Amino acid sequence: MSNKVIQAMYNDDDVLMDAVKEVRAANHHIEEVYTPFPVHGLDKAMGLKGTRIAITAFMYGCVGFAFSIWMMNYMMIEQWPQDIGGKPSMSFVLNMPAFVPIMFEMSVFFAAHLMVITFYMRSKLWPFKEAENPDPRTTDDMFVMEVAVDGNEAELVSFLEKTGTVEIKVTEKH
Amino acid sequence: MSSHYEAPIRRPLIVGEKSYHDITVEVAAPVEGKANKLWWTAFAIALTAFLWGVGSIIYTIGTGIGVWGLNKTVGWAWDITNFVWWVGIGHAGTLISAVLLLFRQKWRMGINRSAEAMTIFSVVQAGLFPVIHMGRVWNAHFVLPIPNQFGTLWTNFNSPLLWDVFAISTYLSVSLVFWWTGLLPDFAMLRDRAVRPFQKKIYSLLSFGWSGRAKDWQRFEEVSLVLAGLATPLVLSVHTIVSFDFATSVIPGWHTTIFPPYFVAGAVFSGFAMVNTLLIIMRKVSNLEAYITKQHIELMNIVIMITGSIVGCAYITELFIAWYSGVEYEQYAFLNRATGPYWWAYLLMMSCNVFSPQFMWSKKLRQSITFSFIISIVVNIGMWFERFVIIVTSLHRDYLPSSWTMFSPTFVDIGIFVGTIGFFFVLFLLYARTFPVIAQAEVKTILKSSGEYYKKLRDSNHE
Repeated sequence: MSNKVIQAMYNDDDVLMDAVKEVRAANHHIEEVYTPFPVHGLDKAMGLKGTRIAITAFMYGCVGFAFSIWMMNYMMIEQWPQDIGGKPSMSFVLNMPAFVPIMFEMSVFFAAHLMVITFYMRSKLWPFKEAENPDPRTTDDMFVMEVAVDGNEAELVSFLEKTGTVEIKVTEKH
Repeated sequence: MSSHYEAPIRRPLIVGEKSYHDITVEVAAPVEGKANKLWWTAFAIALTAFLWGVGSIIYTIGTGIGVWGLNKTVGWAWDITNFVWWVGIGHAGTLISAVLLLFRQKWRMGINRSAEAMTIFSVVQAGLFPVIHMGRVWNAHFVLPIPNQFGTLWTNFNSPLLWDVFAISTYLSVSLVFWWTGLLPDFAMLRDRAVRPFQKKIYSLLSFGWSGRAKDWQRFEEVSLVLAGLATPLVLSVHTIVSFDFATSVIPGWHTTIFPPYFVAGAVFSGFAMVNTLLIIMRKVSNLEAYITKQHIELMNIVIMITGSIVGCAYITELFIAWYSGVEYEQYAFLNRATGPYWWAYLLMMSCNVFSPQFMWSKKLRQSITFSFIISIVVNIGMWFERFVIIVTSLHRDYLPSSWTMFSPTFVDIGIFVGTIGFFFVLFLLYARTFPVIAQAEVKTILKSSGEYYKKLRDSNHE
């Protein structure tokens, strides 16, 4: 398989959406689409699977919840039970109502931070990471569709030209 | 085009004939341009105030909190008043970015970035007070459950003050990642436009290499939604827990079950007022009147009106319950609050928080920029006095009439408070010159549905 891709540029999100649908209908493989803002329905049109990141957030939240229970039970009930203000901490169940606020805060803390870290890792976002958008205008008002060249290059270019593209470029895949 | 439809009756959220590129240019303009004299003047004043505050804090830490106006009856005053005031102000940012996202309110997009910035900067100010009022700041880490030299003496998880530590730190850190995640595409926009190499480097670093792939956007939107879902109960819990600092005590005037909802409403109230104060100036100075429209200000005024009325309801309910309880101490606490030596603070609180927002019932007044600005300042003063009234009037006349006293702040109390205002504005002014102050990527998604030009175009097509 060749390493070549065609980068077709669009200047409107609606034109891009129609183009994505046409390219998919013609059985060409869309490598990637770069957009300056979230285009609603684009992921479905491209045939991307839904993201499972919300499920991970739920699981991280459960971890935070369990951790907070373990932590407070260990520190206040098991390791060093104290009698504070005439309220001895001898039993987890009896002390539990006072632990609710921190159980909640830790669940949120774990869910939010670990989900965001997961997102950054999965989408390869971190400080000093080089940006990979093919053209600086894709964060402004340009939309780029990368289509893999498979077979007749000229035919594919002329096909894409009919989808409303404003610029077209054939490059090596990076 | 069907996804871009919006009822013609809705007023446009983006005024004028804008293209995607115009949005980019106008949001980048304050960052790429040079600061004017006004900015430098404001910055110099804020920096001076900040430095005065730093001096006051150093003096406090070096000498001890005896330099404050506290006495043995009033052991908590401006420190905690300022803390609650700043935390409260912070609440509006999360409310705008999280709650309005869950309710799919598109008008949040013009203001959420700055409101969240305000949240983070004001929670930073708030966080200073509990730390310095410990007296021995160098022992601040004792509030964290970490193993220490006393064997394993842990923190007291039954204490509302410790809940506060967890609530505030979770709130600050979660707000920060929420804000930063939203900033990535906008930093990327600045990075790709940057001409000077230094600027390009800085924004490359800040944008974490954001490239705008379809999959990234899909995850981005899901993450934003889940963070909004997490931040909504979080923001409510934070001020609830702040109110527990008082409500779980046995002091008449504090020991009140109405505190959590009342504090949350008050927080939203003061926060929206602060957003109005900041944005009315910023939209003018940074030429963003097309994105932060009169309608935005009007809608915020409506929120101020409603939450102000909720707060008013809470004040009256408190008085009623004090009378209805039949508890003498409780009754005296409220009688003293309204008619005692601090009557003027109570009156100021009532007139600023309950009376003044009622002007917003008038459409003409709530659409007036000048009037909105004045009310926003009035509300902020009123909300500071609300906390002062709750805290000081409940303490200054305790169970023993021989120890009754008044509180008067020293120059150090005032210095620290003014210093935090200075610090807040230093941060906000720097933000306004270096950050994309409008969530431009988000605003671009509503251009076709809610932009004035596209709405007109669509309406003329239908006819």
